[in-house]
Amino acid sequence: MTHAVAEFAAVLATALFIFALYWMNDPKTARRGVMAGIAGMVVAILATWIQPEIVHHAWIIVAIIAGFAVGVPLSRVPLTAVPQRTALSHAFGGLAAGLVGTAEYFLGVGNPADLTPFRTSAIVVEVILGFLTFTGSLMAAGKLQEVKWVPQRPVTYPGQNVVNVGVLVLAVILGVLVVIHPTATWSGQAFYGIVALAILFGVLLIIPIGGADMPTVISILNAYAGLSAVAMGFVLNNKLLVTAGALDGSSGLILSIIMCRAMNRSFTNVLFGAFGTVQKLVAAGEPKTWKQETPEGAAQLVEQARLVVIIPGYGMAVAQAQHKVRELFDHLTKRGVTVKFAIHPVAGRMPGHMNVLLAEADIPYTALVEMDEINPEMPQCDVALVIGANDVVNPAARYAKGSPIYGMPIIAADKAKTVLAIKRSKNPGFAGIDNELYVLDNTWMLFGDAKAVLGDLVKQFGRSGLH
Amino acid sequence: MTEGLLAAQAATGDHGAVDYWSMLFVFVLSTFIGLGVIRRVSRLLYTPLMSLTNAISAIAVVGSIVVAGAEYPITIRVLGAVALFASMTNIVSGFMITDRMLKMFKKQ
Repeated sequence: MTHAVAEFAAVLATALFIFALYWMNDPKTARRGVMAGIAGMVVAILATWIQPEIVHHAWIIVAIIAGFAVGVPLSRVPLTAVPQRTALSHAFGGLAAGLVGTAEYFLGVGNPADLTPFRTSAIVVEVILGFLTFTGSLMAAGKLQEVKWVPQRPVTYPGQNVVNVGVLVLAVILGVLVVIHPTATWSGQAFYGIVALAILFGVLLIIPIGGADMPTVISILNAYAGLSAVAMGFVLNNKLLVTAGALDGSSGLILSIIMCRAMNRSFTNVLFGAFGTVQKLVAAGEPKTWKQETPEGAAQLVEQARLVVIIPGYGMAVAQAQHKVRELFDHLTKRGVTVKFAIHPVAGRMPGHMNVLLAEADIPYTALVEMDEINPEMPQCDVALVIGANDVVNPAARYAKGSPIYGMPIIAADKAKTVLAIKRSKNPGFAGIDNELYVLDNTWMLFGDAKAVLGDLVKQFGRSGLH
Repeated sequence: MTEGLLAAQAATGDHGAVDYWSMLFVFVLSTFIGLGVIRRVSRLLYTPLMSLTNAISAIAVVGSIVVAGAEYPITIRVLGAVALFASMTNIVSGFMITDRMLKMFKKQ
């Protein structure tokens, strides 16, 4: 009887999860999706919990309470910290898969009939994926949170790929040995070896990554976390784990592909860790200089425009400037200026990062426009206001072969009649290359923290002189 | 049939021999459903999408409950309890932050 309940619950939960994702196709129905997801999860948990095999209820209750105690604060982080929270939750997902895989292996050692070649292979895959996702995501979260002992800059060394691939191959070889001899005297040690190598591989995979690559890396880790849940489903012979894990895995896969395309990287290039290499572009010709603009002048420029396109980047997130952006948006729309936001797919540190920050500041999502839709409009744009974005507006991506961003699709800010760029410092952007957008004839720079600069800009509208 | 497998199968309701082919079948089909559904997700919502799928893949909680709650040696159950804690954290924070973000998406 309870088994039939569990079977039905699995089907119901799968359907609810699919609906949850389906409703995400429109912001209007998306919250319904969350409800469907919660309902599916509650159904699945209860159906498992009532099984007669479950006898240690106190353990489960304590673990669930602890999960709430950590989960609730984690859901209240500022939205600028959402990328690191996401990375952290990938880490938790990987950890859960790795631990359950480890538990299943050692249970199987006690009952060798359990360790069929297929099931042992699934355990090995689960453990490798789980633990590499665990440490890889922890490293990514550490980099995003700018934790002291995690190097922020990409760490590269000669032969890095050989070392990385070597570690993974070694783990796979040990895995094959464990599959062939699951209960030999040395198999337990070999299994620990697999765990250790997976943990090491996760760290090695992420140390060469810089901030600009984070949207891609987070998406890939998302796919890994989903696949480790799938592997767990194979180990436990649980179809619900397989379907839910596959949904997560395909989401991570699609986001990774979109992020790769937006950075002009091949999927295999990213998967095999050959990314994050920072090359200095050879300085071409004499250095050009930038022209600086005052807040007064900038305010006049945007005020007289018909169409202003705001291009936000990570700098806006760092400065928490989204609310000031909203004030500017209000002042301008009140004066009849059309304001649109051009969102590059990899702007920020994770997919959709800019959209969430701007939504937080109450900017209607109808004003947020994707790169492909805004670019044809850019020649009609009177002022392109670049806020803390750099590589995603660098015209060098169009022609400078040998530049790390060559071939990357960019927002055509340079096509606008006037460009105003807010930039924290005079240093080059993340990819370590100069941005010639800043030295174009029609570009004026506003140096300083994005929030402070926008504050000065907004103040100009408060003055009676400007109408 | 051993204890570990029994408990796991009990959780899913499977009684017969483990049919890996049908599992693989389920995996392939659900991946295609996933690709189809996710492709239609609004580009505005990629961040909440990621936190939502994260919460959903914390369905690993089901496996963790079995490992933590069945009659297993204590070291095994400790692994299960930690896994259960990790999954539960993802479920709670994943759904809550997704809803918090989605609340912010408004039309003018």
